Amino acid sequence: MSEKSVHGFRGTAAQEHQLRDVIEKHLKQPGGLMPVLQEAQEIYGYLPIEVQSMIAEGLNVSLSEIYGVATFYSQFSLVPKGENRISVCLGTACYVKGADKILEAVEKKLGIKSGECTENRLFSLDSTRCIGACGLAPVMMINDDVYGKMTVDQVDTIIDSYIKKSRKGGENA
Amino acid sequence: MITIEDLNKIKKAGEDLVLVRRVVQEQGEELAKKTGYRKQVLVCGGTGCTSSGSKKVIAALENALVKNGIEKEILVVKTGCFGLCALGPIMIVYPEGCFYSQVTPEGVERIVEEHLKNNNIVKELLYAETVHEDGSIISLNETRFYKKQMRVALRNCGVIDPENIEEYIASDGYQALAKVLTSMTGQDVIDELMKSGLRGRGGGGFPTGRKWSFAKAAEGDIKYVCCNADEGDPGAFMDRSILEGDPHCIIEAMAIAGYSIGASKGYVYIRAEYPIAVQRLTIAVNQAREYGFLGENIFGTDFSFDIEIRLGAGAFVCGEETALMTSIEGHRGEPRPRPPFPAVKGLFGKPTVLNNVETYANIPRIILNGSEWFSSIGTAGSKGTKVFALGGKITNVGLVEIPMGTTLREIVEEIGGGIPNGKKFKAAQTGGPSGGCIPACHIDTPIDYDSLIALGSMMGSGGLIILDEDTCMVDISKFYLEFTVDESCGKCTPCRIGTRRLLQFLEKITSGKGEPEDLDKIEELALHMKASSLCALGQSAPNPVLSTIKYFKDEYLAHIVDKSCPAGICKSLLYYEIVPKLCKGCTRCAKNCPVNAISGEPRKPHKINRDVCIKCGLCVKNCKFNAIIKK
Repeated sequence: MSEKSVHGFRGTAAQEHQLRDVIEKHLKQPGGLMPVLQEAQEIYGYLPIEVQSMIAEGLNVSLSEIYGVATFYSQFSLVPKGENRISVCLGTACYVKGADKILEAVEKKLGIKSGECTENRLFSLDSTRCIGACGLAPVMMINDDVYGKMTVDQVDTIIDSYIKKSRKGGENA
Repeated sequence: MITIEDLNKIKKAGEDLVLVRRVVQEQGEELAKKTGYRKQVLVCGGTGCTSSGSKKVIAALENALVKNGIEKEILVVKTGCFGLCALGPIMIVYPEGCFYSQVTPEGVERIVEEHLKNNNIVKELLYAETVHEDGSIISLNETRFYKKQMRVALRNCGVIDPENIEEYIASDGYQALAKVLTSMTGQDVIDELMKSGLRGRGGGGFPTGRKWSFAKAAEGDIKYVCCNADEGDPGAFMDRSILEGDPHCIIEAMAIAGYSIGASKGYVYIRAEYPIAVQRLTIAVNQAREYGFLGENIFGTDFSFDIEIRLGAGAFVCGEETALMTSIEGHRGEPRPRPPFPAVKGLFGKPTVLNNVETYANIPRIILNGSEWFSSIGTAGSKGTKVFALGGKITNVGLVEIPMGTTLREIVEEIGGGIPNGKKFKAAQTGGPSGGCIPACHIDTPIDYDSLIALGSMMGSGGLIILDEDTCMVDISKFYLEFTVDESCGKCTPCRIGTRRLLQFLEKITSGKGEPEDLDKIEELALHMKASSLCALGQSAPNPVLSTIKYFKDEYLAHIVDKSCPAGICKSLLYYEIVPKLCKGCTRCAKNCPVNAISGEPRKPHKINRDVCIKCGLCVKNCKFNAIIKK
């Protein structure tokens, strides 16, 4: 995977400290690995191999098992997520109302595929399963903002508004 | 520790306040006088309405109340889902029962000034169906959307504040648990459930009472109660709505299950994609602990019970019971062979009862109203009600609860308000990636477990997607197969390879390369997958394909033999054509074509070279004479 080299590990000592606390908290809990991975992802934003190794050591579980769990569930990501996380719902209700066209338009606009992150880490894109806002189908989410009843024509304007808002976008412009 | 007297005291104190929302207007006005609030405003805080901006509406409401100086007379309640998600954000004013839909912050200011302050209902902001032609207002329960519904599992959704345990108690909350702990044995509870005829609402339809009796009979010092809130069917949101609107009923039912089978610990496994539901359930569990409905010696008995919430991490297969338990144990969520069944050897190897959210939501009502009441609703083999998430090409997208045996026609034409844009109903899809479709010719089928299975579909967890004539059935099957290919855990070969091979067939057909014998090969492969997959995911993955072949074979044949897609969805089978009679030769299309596929002399009809055309549709957009058609 060529993207990996783009995203070097930038963990800080404070993050590591937080992670150690999380491991400590769940050490005795039966089936505690999942909550640890979930909280670790909250701290780092993703689960790079460096973080998985620390968890393996802390919980005394083999790295291969951690890697197995981390790659099994779609919510765990081994690559970093962008400053703005875009997700396009591909649940059935959205699909029958043309969500695939929305996803295509976003992919074209950002030049990345679903599951990837732009090189400047400004945007990452995912297609998600139903987020439950079927009444508004098709639906796109950017961070916590929900855009319902989307049309392909709106994609450009919406994404541009985030580029403008973003700190990095300001520097580039 | 809480006693039954304490429980009844809290109930009495809050009863009138909640009752205002359940009775007719005249009664409500009488009751309102006793509560200290002239009016109550209920705003939906479910996922649907939050996505449509209900938070801004609530903020605007609170501001406007203060501005008009009436914030002390009006009670604002943030509830769970009312059901009519397509019209969100929704706001209901009691005691009048006025249903304001698609409320904006500007609209709120008017409603506060004119209605809440000066008692003049703002008719033009009401849901149109609640206003008669002569200007009189009809009750919400009389509208087409609500009239045929019956709310048992959703009884409190959209009525109480899910973050306030006292509102739940005021609505008979925790009375069923009190009754069970003080006057029933575990066996009594199980007998009552058996008599009620309640069957699992997660898809399988297994009798709940029997499931509990197996776990009760199983030997073991430690037993567990689990709640499956990993609602993975794309397009289904019943369980989420219950957890968002009435989380305490799940806690109460799980405690009852714990008492019946002899378990003292429960786990709720919930999708992490449902942040509002997770948050409300967490609040509810903490409140239940604080009030003593969870913890040691509940109601002074020797029964102790507690609940832990576990978040899923996005794996559809974890909705399968053994995979769910493997996931709680902290592993890859792969299913295990059955037997042994979870009732004998489940979570951490101990006897476990696992039910779905909606199943639990029915249980307190069955205990309080009795099994006879419950079994009087529904059909011979399917008792009670079922909640459906109605979606797709239907006017009233939302959450509906109907008595079993209601026909699909009633759901589509009456409750659902028909198909938008004058299109024709083609089929309904139930059971998501594990289910199948019900074609228009069977629209009068009563919805219950057995009739749906007879049609080659299944009840599923309650996703009900309506498809119109613009939907390509081959494409829909492909959509579900893409989903199952993605979500197959890979542990067993029939599912891992079988789903992929099925998808390849469908890709071949939708790209115009299908051969007639492909349909036979699909059916043969499907039979093997059904017979030999480890869990329900693989066993049911062929259902969407099989049921569409059964009812829409002509559509498959159109793709395979005529190389055309009747619904005009499958891109590879489409082509664009210029109608010579209409073409003025303006050259606009040729200039705009990104691949130079259009040629012709100016002022003479142009032509599209189909070998070069990429079917982007730009020419159609640019033609001023509507001379280009999609075929």
